[in-house]
Amino acid sequence: MDAVPAGHAPLLDVAGLAVSFPGAHGDVAAVTDAAFSVAAGETLGIVGESGSGKTVSALAIMGLVDAPARVTARTLAIAGHDVAALRPGDRARRALLARRVAMIFQDPLASLDPCYSVGAQLDEVLKEAGTADERASRARRRARALELLRDVEIPDPAARLAAYPHQLSGGMAQRVMIALALAARPALLIADEPTTALDVTVQAQVLALLRKLQAETGMALLMISHDLAVVAAMAARVVVMYAGEVVESGAVPAIFATPRHPYTAALVAALPESVPLGAPLAALPGRVPDPRHRPAGCVFAPRCARRAERCTETRPALADAGGTAVRCFFPLHGPASPAVAGAMP
Amino acid sequence: MLRFLLRRAALIVPTFIGVTLVAFALIHFIPGDPVENISGERGMDAARRARLLHEFGLDRPLPVQYLNYVGQVLHGDLGTSLTTHEPVLREFATLFPATVELAFFALLFALAVGLPAGALAAVKRNTAADYVVMGAALTGYSMPIFWWALLLILFFSVQLGWTPVSGRIAVQYDVAATTGFMLVDTLKAGDWAAFRSALSHLVLPALVLGTIPLAVIARITRSAMLEVLREDYIRAARSRGLGTVRVVVVHALRNALIPIVTVIGLQVGLLLSGAILTETIFSWPGIGNWLIHGVQARDYPVVQGGVLLIATIVITVNLIVDVLYGVINPRIRHG
Repeated sequence: MDAVPAGHAPLLDVAGLAVSFPGAHGDVAAVTDAAFSVAAGETLGIVGESGSGKTVSALAIMGLVDAPARVTARTLAIAGHDVAALRPGDRARRALLARRVAMIFQDPLASLDPCYSVGAQLDEVLKEAGTADERASRARRRARALELLRDVEIPDPAARLAAYPHQLSGGMAQRVMIALALAARPALLIADEPTTALDVTVQAQVLALLRKLQAETGMALLMISHDLAVVAAMAARVVVMYAGEVVESGAVPAIFATPRHPYTAALVAALPESVPLGAPLAALPGRVPDPRHRPAGCVFAPRCARRAERCTETRPALADAGGTAVRCFFPLHGPASPAVAGAMP
Repeated sequence: MLRFLLRRAALIVPTFIGVTLVAFALIHFIPGDPVENISGERGMDAARRARLLHEFGLDRPLPVQYLNYVGQVLHGDLGTSLTTHEPVLREFATLFPATVELAFFALLFALAVGLPAGALAAVKRNTAADYVVMGAALTGYSMPIFWWALLLILFFSVQLGWTPVSGRIAVQYDVAATTGFMLVDTLKAGDWAAFRSALSHLVLPALVLGTIPLAVIARITRSAMLEVLREDYIRAARSRGLGTVRVVVVHALRNALIPIVTVIGLQVGLLLSGAILTETIFSWPGIGNWLIHGVQARDYPVVQGGVLLIATIVITVNLIVDVLYGVINPRIRHG
């Protein structure tokens, strides 16, 4: 659905991704239909509120969703290698991923092993996924570890190598996580809510650091956030997820100016920037459907002001609509009807 | 760390009073006295009995006897055995290495099997492997030690003839006791046949004594591992492409070790008390066997001194474990 330069396989190509967890009353679907692709060097944002399936999608790509949960995908290809058929723990899949895709997480302090120093953890990942030189020489690994800490702008890197995770602040810990992720020189970095757990001032620093590193290394970035503003600041294209499926995807300016899906429109309208000073912030009534009781038709229908009878009966497909893909029978801002601010009736 | 150590060391005083009081009271509650035991079935005339009681200091009121004993202990004198007339401390020092050797290998066995078994059960939770390990652990934990020992003796010693029934080494070997540890002494003597004999004598008692600690360690390892495996840093480690073994052993087990070490420390007390029963069954010449004979002979100094020494050792070991806790947990080490 997204334009990928012809002749180039995208770095990451996902289609028809579904993840379900067995429950006491049948399977519970966390992701029903996720589809997106990331080209080399680009930044793709995924937005959605908690429970929309964005984190689970990322974990499924990384092979970190364990049995008894079930992961299926029509397409799951990394750098042209189809891994959809390989089990998550498969050695070949792990090797393929470890050198190409790295991930950083929401809670950096909890994501660092409390028993090992920063230096030891960097050394470990370099031993696993570093260059041949680095894997062979301890001194090389130490030099590279220092270099990585400098790259993520950690002051006094030599002293920091000996520090343990509990001695780091949240922002510092996320920088260390980024250094660990960069150690394997990945072609794609998946950042799952990388700034959500951090102070506002630190958030901006970490985002700026990610942008700088991306420019320096040319890696692609998959930015997952519930915060549309964060995604807008980072990404060129954005995928909007709701209740386990992609509801809209397209270029960031288009999505902001002319959101097609009523859910995207509500997200944009809820941004503090789009509300005049003093006016109450827009809120979307209702909540994400319980994955155990998914609506029969459109998953957004129960909260949608535009719903018609058709919406509660038939599930709309993700359809291309003038540059952006949208999963809606009655999209807003059709090419025929020019953009109207606050178009939600 | 120093303040913590001092605080823990200060606990030794009330523990010392408690242990001496309990050991003193319990042994005096048992009907009979050492003199009666010495006189045997033929009996003894009253005058001679009174003279002996006076000689042992047993004719005085109990509180006086207790205070005398405590005063004596505070001067470093644990008294002499009423049956062998050897100093209690020397007897203890001679026999203790045998118990340490037994307990050490029992713990080694418990750790070598319990840690991997518990880790396996956690990684393969809710599968057949998990149920087998946990079922076996529960069985081991609830099995009476003496019955388990008899089963093993009947099977391995009597039926198969693989191991001897009792003792530390076959009678034909005479090895100089330089360290008191039979395996070390035979090795130092360079006597391989004697070493093999000592090892074959050690296997069954160590297995029996290690069974309950093994069950406890396996269960605690499983639950600690289950907790750790849910942590974000395990997921993060896996996201870096580390192999399963590395993630489980280097990251999960290392973190799970923090609660496990506390439990291992508590097992040492269990090992020493369990040794009393195990040593009796296998006629292992250690302090357990010695204490049982002391109780039977109403040898007050032996029982009181033995209990006090064992309590001191358990306290010391737990103190060491607390220090170790700081060593393996960076969050405590670098406060």
